[in-house]
Amino acid sequence: MSRANHTSTGRAGAWIGWAESAAVLAALVALWWLASHQQWVSKVFLPTPEATVRSLLDGLNLGTAPDAPRGELAGFTLSTVERMVLGWLLASLVGMALGALIGISATARAWIQPTLEFVRPLPASAVLPLAISLFGLSPSMVLSVVAFGAMWPVLLATVHGFAHVEPRLREVATALQMGRAAFIWKIGLPSAMPDILAGMRLSMTVSLIVSVVGEMIASQSGLGQAVLLAARSFRASELFAGIILLGLIGFASNALLALAERRLLRWQKP
Amino acid sequence: MARLFRWFQALAFPAVLIAALEWYTRGPGAGSEALAPPSLALKAFWSAIADGTLWQATAFTLGSAALGLLIGALLGLLLGIVLGLSPRAARMGFLSIEVLRPVPSVALIPLSLLVFGFGLRMEVAVVAFATFWPMLVLAQAAARQVEPRLLEVALALGLSPRERVTKIVIPAMAARLFVALRLGVAIALVVAVTVEIAANPNGMGYAIMIAQQSLDPALMLAWLFWIGVVGFLVNELAERAQAWVARRMGGVR
Repeated sequence: MSRANHTSTGRAGAWIGWAESAAVLAALVALWWLASHQQWVSKVFLPTPEATVRSLLDGLNLGTAPDAPRGELAGFTLSTVERMVLGWLLASLVGMALGALIGISATARAWIQPTLEFVRPLPASAVLPLAISLFGLSPSMVLSVVAFGAMWPVLLATVHGFAHVEPRLREVATALQMGRAAFIWKIGLPSAMPDILAGMRLSMTVSLIVSVVGEMIASQSGLGQAVLLAARSFRASELFAGIILLGLIGFASNALLALAERRLLRWQKP
Repeated sequence: MARLFRWFQALAFPAVLIAALEWYTRGPGAGSEALAPPSLALKAFWSAIADGTLWQATAFTLGSAALGLLIGALLGLLLGIVLGLSPRAARMGFLSIEVLRPVPSVALIPLSLLVFGFGLRMEVAVVAFATFWPMLVLAQAAARQVEPRLLEVALALGLSPRERVTKIVIPAMAARLFVALRLGVAIALVVAVTVEIAANPNGMGYAIMIAQQSLDPALMLAWLFWIGVVGFLVNELAERAQAWVARRMGGVR
């Protein structure tokens, strides 16, 4: 894509690119500073950058003031991350298992896949009311909805991956008289892995979103509840601090998964 | 005949599930406050159609999703074209975009509530934010892949920058844009329903929440089913439109 880029601009060019990029970001923050200090936007909505940083540091107990009340943001972040990761792991396991069971048999695919395609566009949050009336307002209710919502990308990717296993590999499996379990484990899953990993990345995003919504509705402690309460009591700087933390979670989880994907799929590269 | 059989295959599994639910809620799970027999849900569904609440809520959700998508897609498209045509601009914006993009759209629900209050505008704002980023990324990729010779032609013809974009770049990216738009439609609908469930007292998401809170499982199941149907139809339509454009304008390689 950027072949010219690589040849004409060397290491120095890359540094200039980073510097320019950082300058644009700094300019945006400066604009934020100006907008909040000049009151272009009401202080109720837009806190100053300093106030946001202070809320963030106080919330994480990194503030300098010794008499500041103990912040809870670290705990909230931890419980949101825990909910997200646990839901995602559950979703990945169940999605892969179900996907392998459905994907391995052409008959099962023909009977069940249309239903899966119908449910796929259903917003995961729409299941929340049903889950609330089934399980009540409990942490496990939120977790089950997170897992349910995040399961679809993995499930469908696994079914797709199993349906498109290279036919010659199937022949090899028949020639070696592999059993069903051995086929799933030794041929199906590895060859569906690129699809599954892409699905798992999407499902991590879904997990974060559903975790936050679940915390908002079911009042489970976490960043979702924290930002909602901050907004209700017009504490804009705490609201922004929560949004920043959620952005960081999204960024970190995405970056980690991209890294893992590159590691795990290295064997595929020629 | 084969077609008929395929329909039968597609419908058999859900039919079995629904029959099982009907049996359970009439038998061992009777009188439950969480579940209702599908037949009662169907009745609740009919009465929601009859008193017009169904159409009103659906129109609100679809309308705000469409409006949010329009705003998010237009802004994403504009910025995407700029970043796609100018590598320098893309380099400069890179860090800011990577910092802002991972913010989950639902995190902005409280902020949007604070700024706009309940109603259409807060929902549109969140949907626009959610659809802006994928549109931006895909439009940027599409603009980068416009055949360079076409841009040279535009230069040779002495077209102004605006003409270059409207006459050369946008038609050349049309097929890819519709792929992005299809994704945007799916996101917009999911986010709109989510905003209604989390905060906004309007639309289908609020209707299902209220049905749950007033312990009316039949109506809740009816809404769940209807949200599924609307999601399926909207996605199907978007897919058809995208396939049609791809046939007319040349497929996406």
